Amino acid sequence: MDKFTTLTGVAAPLRMINVDTDRIIPKQFLKTIKRTGLGEFLFNDLRYNPDGSEVAGFVLNQSAYRNAKILVAGDNFGCGSSREHAPWAILDFGISCIIAPSFADIFYNNCFKNGILPVSLPEEQVSTLLEGAESGANAIFTVDLDNQLVTGPNGELFEFEIDPFRKHCLFNGLDDIGLTLEKIAKIETFEQKRSVQYPWL
Amino acid sequence: MNLPRTLFDKIWDGHLVHEQDDGTCLIYIDRHLVHEVTSPQAFEGLRVAGRGVRCPEGTLAVADHNIPTINRAAGITEETSRIQVETLERNVSEFGVPYLPLNDSRQGIVHIIGPELGFTLPGATIVCGDSHTSTHGACGALAFGIGTSEVEHVLATQTLIQKRPQNMRITVDGRCGTGVTAKDVILSIIAQIGTAGATGHVIEYAGPAIKELSMEGRMTVCNMSVEAGARAGLIAPDEVTFEYLLGREMSPKGGAWELAIADWRALPSDENAVYDREISLDADDLVPHVTWGTSPQDTLPVTSRVPNPESEVDAGRRTSLERSLSYMDLVPGTPLAEVPIDRVFIGSCTNGRIEDLREAAAVAAGRQVAQGVGAMIVPGSGLVKEEAEEEGLDKIFVDAGFEWREPGCSMCLAMNADRLEPGERCASTSNRNFEGRQGRGGRTHLMSPAMAAAAAVTGHITDVRDLIDK
Ligand code: SF4
Repeated sequence: MDKFTTLTGVAAPLRMINVDTDRIIPKQFLKTIKRTGLGEFLFNDLRYNPDGSEVAGFVLNQSAYRNAKILVAGDNFGCGSSREHAPWAILDFGISCIIAPSFADIFYNNCFKNGILPVSLPEEQVSTLLEGAESGANAIFTVDLDNQLVTGPNGELFEFEIDPFRKHCLFNGLDDIGLTLEKIAKIETFEQKRSVQYPWL
Repeated sequence: MNLPRTLFDKIWDGHLVHEQDDGTCLIYIDRHLVHEVTSPQAFEGLRVAGRGVRCPEGTLAVADHNIPTINRAAGITEETSRIQVETLERNVSEFGVPYLPLNDSRQGIVHIIGPELGFTLPGATIVCGDSHTSTHGACGALAFGIGTSEVEHVLATQTLIQKRPQNMRITVDGRCGTGVTAKDVILSIIAQIGTAGATGHVIEYAGPAIKELSMEGRMTVCNMSVEAGARAGLIAPDEVTFEYLLGREMSPKGGAWELAIADWRALPSDENAVYDREISLDADDLVPHVTWGTSPQDTLPVTSRVPNPESEVDAGRRTSLERSLSYMDLVPGTPLAEVPIDRVFIGSCTNGRIEDLREAAAVAAGRQVAQGVGAMIVPGSGLVKEEAEEEGLDKIFVDAGFEWREPGCSMCLAMNADRLEPGERCASTSNRNFEGRQGRGGRTHLMSPAMAAAAAVTGHITDVRDLIDK
């Protein structure tokens, strides 16, 4: 997993609440057996017409946002299906930070497993950042994980909270499985106790 | 004296392998269900890292999302779906994971077959790369959905790194009246608390109306917990649970059953246990519910009218309501019971169990699917299908003009050939009415199996109570 330290780039505004993972990546793209290549289909039904042509009004189709690295969105982002294809598609498109007032649990977890930083900020701050992001190619944000700060295009500075362990793993690009396997002795002890206490499991 | 604990606390504490100073927990996973859509990248990850599956006997794999529900003998014709199922078959044989193939009568939707086979047990931790894993909480198991990276983590270590969620209790008093089902209970809860209402929480459902539900009904309630944003749903195990699990294929037998049941009886929350949030509602007042919009929280009693965006003061909400209504092609003020439908889907892990089919059959019996309506029944598993056929339900449905299909997820998410055409409107017993969920441009109204059957025979959304002899 790539490390996440500081990210500077264009932020794309998506003024929608309850953006579900079906919308982020519709089911027809879940048939892949790979993690890569999904960026092309990110927000497919919002981004393309049924004939495959682009929907001109959609934010990621506007020239200023084609290379966006950050997404700013409404409340309860990533609700619905647990599909990790959603963060894979976002990352494959080139976005590695999402800012929203709140996130659904599974999506939030999935982001960290893929080097994406989900930043939750109070509604008023997100709304200031949405306005900032709407200024097009000038919408350059900086997200600094170490100092837990988002800088908007007009220099506005917002501090965000993040769980220290998740921050540590993201900042250092650590592999969860590797970390857990360091505790293998604890797992074995637990399994022995479990086979005595819950023999039916 | 020990502090009083909730059902959730007891299961969590009993599975804690390690807790870091910052509260990050490593918890042990007893049961892991695997399906074709969210597992290929996880097995690939194991292969690349040279890792194996730590506990194949705690793992069970099945293909359900992608598979055809007609003409199974012809195999899967759609290439990408076939590759995904073949990939699962290759992975399970390479890693030694138990698998129920398509031609096995026990094959079905992961969340139906877990409890049905006794793979799901009270007090256990259960995960699956699927958000509706919350279903299994009906058996008093802590069950939740995970992403593919976590699937890989569980395969490799049989554990998960988690933050301890919070406790929430929803108490449902009273009693559901005729025509009012578990689906109406959960839809009305979601309408009340919203799709993010339980984010970060495990919901324990309690109260007389919940106790009175069958296991099937309890599964319907727990299934949709995730639609309220919850990490999991839970119902305390009781005699109904034990009776349901007794003698199932993978349930403990003999002395082990006695030991298990003694342990399970100690699981229910202690009196005076403290919840971070409490909500209550009364089932006495409940009527059948349907969704009108594109989020499960867009739910109203079937006796209501399509809402009017103009009465919404918050500008953001007004815009989102307008967008929903335009997608759903509904005019504000229209009585919901006058909305015509084109298709009916009865099935899914929410409502594809035997009791659901019985409820739908009771409405369909002696009636005919309305002209121009396409109606489909998709049992949740091969065992449900067999049981329904033994009871003659298939015949009732076929005589009434419904299609009787093979088990699978089918039109719940339309990854196989079963899908809505653009603009088609569907009465569906599934759990999500998101834009495009059942097919691009398709319009979904969620409701109970009895309500869906009623819609099928009248051709429009219908208050099923009007069709039931009182
Ligand atoms: S029936 Fe629907 S909700 Fe349930 S597992 Fe299948 S696709 Fe998911």
